Amino acid sequence: MTGADAIVKCLENEGVEYVFGYPGVAICPFYNSILESPVQTVLIRTEQNAAHAASGLTRVSGKPGVCAVTSGPGATNVITGIATAFADSIPLICITGQVNSSLLGSDVFQEADITGAVESFVKYSYLVRDANDIPRIFKEAFHIANTGRRGPVLIDVPIDVQNAEVKKFVYPETVSMRTYKPTVKGNMVQIKKVVAELTRAKRPIICAGGGVLLSGAQEELLAFVEKHEIPVVSTMMGIGVMPTKHPLYFGMVGNNGKPYANRAMNESDLLLMVGARVADRAVNQPDLITNNKILVHIDVDPAEIGKNVGPSIPLVGDAKHIFEDFLLQDFTCEHKQWLETLKEYRKTMARKRIPNPAYVDPAGFITMLSEKMEDDGIYVADVGQNQIWSCGYHIVKKGRFLTTGGMGTMGYSIPAAMGAKLAQPERQVIAVCGDGSFQMSMMELATMRQHHVPAKIVVLKNNYLGMVREFQHYNYKDNYSVVDLSGSPDLEKLSSAYDMKFLRLENMDEANEKIDEFLKQDESVLMECIIDPMDLV
Amino acid sequence: MKKIYSVSVENRSGVLCKVAGLFSRRCFNIDSLAVGETDDPAVSCMTIVSSGDKRTIEQIEKQLNKKLDVIKVKTFDEAASISRELLLMKVKYNKSNRRDIMEICEIMNARIVDMSKTMMLIQMCDTSERIQLFINMFKTVSIVEVARTGTLALQKCNETEQTS
Repeated sequence: MTGADAIVKCLENEGVEYVFGYPGVAICPFYNSILESPVQTVLIRTEQNAAHAASGLTRVSGKPGVCAVTSGPGATNVITGIATAFADSIPLICITGQVNSSLLGSDVFQEADITGAVESFVKYSYLVRDANDIPRIFKEAFHIANTGRRGPVLIDVPIDVQNAEVKKFVYPETVSMRTYKPTVKGNMVQIKKVVAELTRAKRPIICAGGGVLLSGAQEELLAFVEKHEIPVVSTMMGIGVMPTKHPLYFGMVGNNGKPYANRAMNESDLLLMVGARVADRAVNQPDLITNNKILVHIDVDPAEIGKNVGPSIPLVGDAKHIFEDFLLQDFTCEHKQWLETLKEYRKTMARKRIPNPAYVDPAGFITMLSEKMEDDGIYVADVGQNQIWSCGYHIVKKGRFLTTGGMGTMGYSIPAAMGAKLAQPERQVIAVCGDGSFQMSMMELATMRQHHVPAKIVVLKNNYLGMVREFQHYNYKDNYSVVDLSGSPDLEKLSSAYDMKFLRLENMDEANEKIDEFLKQDESVLMECIIDPMDLV
Repeated sequence: MKKIYSVSVENRSGVLCKVAGLFSRRCFNIDSLAVGETDDPAVSCMTIVSSGDKRTIEQIEKQLNKKLDVIKVKTFDEAASISRELLLMKVKYNKSNRRDIMEICEIMNARIVDMSKTMMLIQMCDTSERIQLFINMFKTVSIVEVARTGTLALQKCNETEQTS
């Protein structure tokens, strides 16, 4: 057995179904070995999207997605995808081919120091020097990626190591690393302190971040807040922790969030921040969440607690374990008045939009689309104005809302939707992007056609890089610089070139029928929605 | 605030780079750094002296602990530790100042470890402050070359401390 065979065996042992990637000489032994394996390969059209597709698969399946690319440019191209996953704490395994070990450091053709280059974007990385280490390294890599604060792990494998003979393949049952033992169970003393504060609090609130979804704690969170009637707001990465229309859910916080969500968080006297980094986009003024209130910060990563804001009660642990422990605590809390106040805020403070009837209203469209989507459908939002509209107007029922809140990488939605669809083909998957972000990933239409991935795509077209145009509108007195997207392709012709079904929506008059038609397609389909170029979020 | 971090790490290639990269990426200061093997050849010890406000000091420890090659981080104040630096300094001498140089060395507990007709190589092992003081004493003498290690430090002997 060769090193390459061993890598494939490791993936089989981990139950990997798909590898997203792009071959090149330095990863050819691996792609040769995988031909014999039940693990399927997906030829992505640019390496960055291999990581995004793996990310989409991970977020739906809960198992780390895998991508495999070649050395040099293949490896450097995948960095943005890895960094995106890192910022959102998405576990990935990224295998990179590397030049012959004996040539390392000599700047030969397609050599890049990838472990050095990705150091600040990975949870850990390996450069494999001995093929016999492959089983241990892969076992460790999957363990590291998918435990504690999750994140991507990169494994760089020189071509001679892939070709080397492995003496004996034994996939380890367990991992033993003296340097890595994440705390997942919360400290009982701290938990009791939180419970004592909950008993006392008049205006408690939970702000749920992506960490709640990553730990799969949605059910526990829901049980806990319903038991004690505690209101919930979320960060962008936390959208979907609860159904949008749940009476206890009060929307997304932050600069682009709901005004009533921010007000609820700021006026609370006890704030439980769970699985959220307290980064600038969600919490613009950290003092507002510490002034006149008790801040409890719950996170599996101890370094996140106290990094951006000093909490009154730190609590290290995985959200699922923490809420399980909270549910076992016997206590009551009383705050009927607070809930009434928040409901009043929700009713009176909702932002009013005045849509231009000549165009598709993105807010109205997204709401209508999500109401018509299947209950467990997966909605993947890209980056730009489309992301903010999606966050604001998509209604999560029992499905998922995927987007990149941390890195904000344009072009995320199409490959991520592809990964999500491959992970769970029975679920409806829709990518919603702008015409800027679409053009960053439109080469993946070919991948969708080749591998028969019937994900659906909505392009909100305004012929502008809308988010930047909006920024220039507010901050540069409408001096638009490099945001005009003239020269974009005719999407109808483009769809036809890829042999894809195409729909165009020009205003809201036909929205009802067009969305129905869009949703009933079994094959991949692209819908273009013409929106007002001057529309603002 | 000054803090000394005694960091035991896996003795592998690239670990120093990862730790140094962490400091630069997060804008933490490194006042000094010394690395060497411990009694266990699989483990290296990095002694890092850093400074910052309370939150930074705490973040440095947490971020170091997050690195998967870091085995253990011990943090202590200068007062609670014994710290040493090593200085090697080459100076030019002549008949008129030879005696003075030797006297300063004697007072400051430095040794002359090598010598030629015109030059001396002086070695001194002491705290960072005393080494600086010693160098300052040579302002009037022509210094040819100076090499200093970073600070090495261990916590003061404490009966309650457990052996690892």
